[in-house]
Amino acid sequence: MEPKIIAFCCHYCAFTAADLAGTMRQQYPANVHIVRLPCTGKVDVNMLLQAFLDQADGVMVAGCEVGSCHFLEGNVRAKKRVEYAQRKLEEVGINSEKLEMFHIAASEGPLFAQTARDFTAKITGILQQEKEEPATDLEESNP
Amino acid sequence: MIVAEQKPFQEIVESVQDHQKLLVLGCGTCVTVCMAGGEREVGVLAKQLQLAAKKEERKLEVMEHTITRQCDGEFFDSAVSAKIEEADAVLSLGCGVGVQHIVELFPETIVRPGLNTRFYGANLQQGVWAERCAGCGTCLLEDYEGICPVARCSKSLLNGPCGGSSNGMCEVDPDHIECAWQLIYERMKKLKKLDKLVDYKAPRDWSRDIHGGPRRATREDMMF
Repeated sequence: MEPKIIAFCCHYCAFTAADLAGTMRQQYPANVHIVRLPCTGKVDVNMLLQAFLDQADGVMVAGCEVGSCHFLEGNVRAKKRVEYAQRKLEEVGINSEKLEMFHIAASEGPLFAQTARDFTAKITGILQQEKEEPATDLEESNP
Repeated sequence: MIVAEQKPFQEIVESVQDHQKLLVLGCGTCVTVCMAGGEREVGVLAKQLQLAAKKEERKLEVMEHTITRQCDGEFFDSAVSAKIEEADAVLSLGCGVGVQHIVELFPETIVRPGLNTRFYGANLQQGVWAERCAGCGTCLLEDYEGICPVARCSKSLLNGPCGGSSNGMCEVDPDHIECAWQLIYERMKKLKKLDKLVDYKAPRDWSRDIHGGPRRATREDMMF
């Protein structure tokens, strides 16, 4: 079964790129559920953790390229929040690689499709590895 | 404001591990502003606790609530009181005052602190807070033109600097702590009030600080 991926996408870039990917008939896994945001600067740590609570296996945050944010630096702030959320996931004992930030311009439909495919493959690999390895003790992951 | 920071997650988990129904209670004043225990932090911690419980296949129900001030009884309305009574334990994201005030108001309730309360500080820039007041009970800021040697000098010296000042920084932490006496001297010089520093300050009466025991303030005209 394909992992469930939530992709928080900026309206001005990654969301448009996803739309373009469709127009260009680019294929990417149907398990990637897109949530459109006005800017990745809207991303909050609560939102990211809630996605994991709601059974997401992986979470993507896709914003504009650095320097191209419609609101100047929303994507830079999002990156910091994603890094903070990754630390919060590690504290809980969840592999922080399940959450990742990407920068995809509006014109990069093929890149969006490729990123969605790659991220899905990465999450599938992590889940497979977790199934094979015994669960990490919370105490061991937080010395 | 009172500046606090969240305790390590593992310490929090251990402090509440015997409870299956938790209320994570935030405070909407100081700790919201210093981003340690407001509504947003309550949400993040509640979700972390639920994710940790889910990972360990442990049963845990977490409620979230944030009130305006945990240090003031009037903000404990019926909605939050019902949740406190419903919960096995309350994980307070208020300062140490808030934690104790909940215990006083709800003596039957188990309350755990989620924060380490640090100091009275100012917000220097987004995400940075620094100590500015020691709550010593007798304010000397007039004598030092608005820079407090009690809170900002590592030795709380009242009659000039020690030998540990170098390039305006304190030897205790040369990267972050400015020498309060360098600041006082420069400010006095700018204001042409260096003569104020000539006066000898006699040893203080520290009994109005915490050394005099727990303190209490009253305003009789406001009391019922």
